[in-house]
Amino acid sequence: MTEIERPDASRYGSFVARTQLLSADDVQRALRRIAHEVLERNSHDEELVIIGLQTGGVAFAKRLAQELQHIGENSVAVGALDVAFYRDDLSLNPLRDATTTSIPVDLNGRTVVLVDDVLFTGRTIRAALNALAEWGRPTSIQLVVMVDRGHRELPIRPDFVGKNLPTSHHEAILATLEGVWIGSEEKA
Amino acid sequence: MSSLVIRNGMIAGATSLEMGDVLVVDGTIVETGEISSVPSGVAVVDAEGCWVGPGFVDLHTHLREPGREEAETIESGARAGAIGGFTALVAMPNTEPALDSVALVSYVLERGARTVLDIAVAGAITVGRAGERLAPMGELAALGVRLFTDDGTGVQDPSLMRRALTYAAPLGVRLAQHCEDESLASNGTMNEGAISSRLGLIGRPALAEELMVMRDIELVRLTGGALHFLHLSTARSLALVHEAQRQGLRVTFEVAPHHFTLDESACEGFDPIFKVHPPLRSAADVLALREALRSGMVDAVATDHAPHAPELKDLAFDEAPAGMLGLEHAASLTLEALGGGSDVALRFFELLSRGPARIAQLRKSDAHPRHSSHGGSLVAGEDANIVVFDPRARWHVDADGLQSRARNTPYHGRELLGRVRATVAKGQLIVNEGLLI
Amino acid sequence: MIDSIRGQSLLTLEGLSARALVEILDTAETFVEVQSRTVKKVPALKGRVVASLFFEESTRTRLSFETAAKRLSADVLSLAVASSSVKKGESLRDTITTIDALGIDAVVMRHQSSGAALQVSRYVPHVRVVNAGDGQHQHPTQGLLDVFTVRQILAERHDTTGQESGAELFEGLHVLIVGDVRHSRVARSDIQAYTALGAQVKIAAPGTLLPVDMQEWPVTLADDFSEALEWADVVGLLRLQHERGSGSFVPSLAEFTATYGLTMERARRLRSETIIMHPGPMNRGVEIDSKVADLPSAVIARQVTNGVPVRMAALYLSVAGLKEDGAA
Repeated sequence: MTEIERPDASRYGSFVARTQLLSADDVQRALRRIAHEVLERNSHDEELVIIGLQTGGVAFAKRLAQELQHIGENSVAVGALDVAFYRDDLSLNPLRDATTTSIPVDLNGRTVVLVDDVLFTGRTIRAALNALAEWGRPTSIQLVVMVDRGHRELPIRPDFVGKNLPTSHHEAILATLEGVWIGSEEKA
Repeated sequence: MSSLVIRNGMIAGATSLEMGDVLVVDGTIVETGEISSVPSGVAVVDAEGCWVGPGFVDLHTHLREPGREEAETIESGARAGAIGGFTALVAMPNTEPALDSVALVSYVLERGARTVLDIAVAGAITVGRAGERLAPMGELAALGVRLFTDDGTGVQDPSLMRRALTYAAPLGVRLAQHCEDESLASNGTMNEGAISSRLGLIGRPALAEELMVMRDIELVRLTGGALHFLHLSTARSLALVHEAQRQGLRVTFEVAPHHFTLDESACEGFDPIFKVHPPLRSAADVLALREALRSGMVDAVATDHAPHAPELKDLAFDEAPAGMLGLEHAASLTLEALGGGSDVALRFFELLSRGPARIAQLRKSDAHPRHSSHGGSLVAGEDANIVVFDPRARWHVDADGLQSRARNTPYHGRELLGRVRATVAKGQLIVNEGLLI
Repeated sequence: MIDSIRGQSLLTLEGLSARALVEILDTAETFVEVQSRTVKKVPALKGRVVASLFFEESTRTRLSFETAAKRLSADVLSLAVASSSVKKGESLRDTITTIDALGIDAVVMRHQSSGAALQVSRYVPHVRVVNAGDGQHQHPTQGLLDVFTVRQILAERHDTTGQESGAELFEGLHVLIVGDVRHSRVARSDIQAYTALGAQVKIAAPGTLLPVDMQEWPVTLADDFSEALEWADVVGLLRLQHERGSGSFVPSLAEFTATYGLTMERARRLRSETIIMHPGPMNRGVEIDSKVADLPSAVIARQVTNGVPVRMAALYLSVAGLKEDGAA
């Protein structure tokens, strides 16, 4: 049996990995495939804006943008969005650290590709859609997630998925460019 | 009149603590020691494990009547005193209006006579306590007033204070001073120091008190008058007065329980319940006061019982009035400061009864026309003003369970050592088993 | 030490660790970005009710706080207590319990008495209180916006962001606070914020305006004002509150200006990069010369601008995570 490559504990807070499900190479291949799918869906003259959700989606968004530029011709705008202030569960969970939002271009008339690491209840995406509405009216918004773990609480579905992973509620998923792990959150 | 016997207590005489009983008939102590035959029908107070001594005398009670009856009345204050083991209270004159005339003093004396305790009155030194001209001290002395003070504030004008001391001297009365130089203490709300500085509260410096103590010692030296210093709160004030006493000047002083139990850090939470004048001082001052209590340097413990209606203590710290309750826990706090134990019993009664009775001239030898005598030796022939105090009882202060009309005690929730079991005042058993009868 | 104000009232900066302060500053920085959007509003406090309760009127501070609360989508109840209940002799407890009965989540309060905000937080423990200045005690958000402004400027100079720098830029920073420290709530909050973040603080004032028992404060006295000006990286001036009697602590305003005012002549001793600050409102010509106030290194307008995101951060951290019953 091969030893599990454990993510760096300091970097991933309270997450304790049990099993690695995807390697870094798997993640890279999935992103490349998604890049092709995104280009197929959208005609070449459309101006894409890739927006990663803070904090887990930002690295994926940057890498996806690189892949798109690699295979496409246009340069792609990349941004980051913090939805902390738009969440509907502020009083249910501990406040998250506020991080930076940067929306580099005017969103009006563009196609926005939202990128996140893990899709779970759908509430983060709901918050993100509300937040984006404050910046303008994109032609369309599409959703990329590296992992869809199910358990949706809102009528939200991803357009592009790295991997579908059926999970139980108490499990936790960690998805980074270095790989995807299943495990649990340690109680503080 | 009724009779009662106090059984199996440790009787605190003038010089020793001895097991025994006390028989009271018709308001007078008729026998002490081991009493074998008690007439039938006599009420019995069980004093097992308790000290039996002369009832406490408070030199410094704000009864608030007339003027502030929502905070306290003469009657409610007397009940609070009874629970605290007091048999006589000296009512302070800073009522509204101030007790500066025969009519007002008579009013308080008459109301006081109807209560369970002896209520003596301290008259104002100046008319309206305004510090401008002398109140009719001669007329008031004739009514039985033996102490005069403008308490709440001190007499600021040194020439007026000199005149007051000179005028009072032949009347056989004593002046009492609230020592704080108002211009130095002005607008201050707590002790001046590192804590007030950090909290942004204006300080009342220790020097505001000490400066007036120094001034008044010299005025006593100049005039040959007699002066009692109210609620001294700093180590230096005590040292100054002690030195003056050593020099033979006619000066006495009291300390208040809050000044030897709480220090300025109590103000950290900005709770106006801890606001008092003079303010709670430094921890070093508190230690000095406790040491002075133990060493026998202190003449009297006095409560400075200062009831305030609850809404006034719900104001901001600098807007709330100064003062806190004292009658119902003064004896416990004094015992605690003395360190507990039976060897402190005589000092305990000296501080709470004999010392203050001497200063207020309420002893049998003082031939007081209006009140029964206090602060005696518990021997046959004396008026029955007696407290039965359990030095080992522990109890919790509950602001809502006090007899006072007000609830501004800084000790709410605190466990205290020693509690009054019974109080006999003016010959009547008014408190038994810690409860008013 | 308190490491985070999340879910807590903000009554004083005393006892807040560098970590707690940095968290507030970092959060404020995200709100600066919000201020740059077309829609300058986020729904973080949607449905929350914030009462602004100014017992002592201060239009600018009130506007800053109310703007902050509104940009967080809170409902704002603005109560002019200075002119109503107090004059009718109502107690502090009655005033706040009456307002609490309207159903509020937070109170922003200004009071002329030290400690009033802390008292109110005891009377209504389920309500979060943000102190907008109490007597001579504390003005926490002013202290926060001052250190925020300094961090922002230093981060720009170092080509980094405040969030990246954390508390680093304060390490060994020389801060000189000048004027009426004794009566100033701003000075108390500033000194606690600067020193907790690692800065060195000197104060310069005539003896009568120094705090009582200053040796207990985490500051040193500037023996020579002119030398201290050369030493300083930041000069924080304080308003001489002569309308409240502080004027009687110096012989005259003219003498104060002559000895401790930041005149043009003294400003020349400052290094070009030294930041000049003032919490406002300024007495031009008293503690600061009008021309000095208009120098590029005087960042007074920027302090005002930063007031909104800093107050948003304070309100957000203190209130956003509260449960329905007011538990943190």
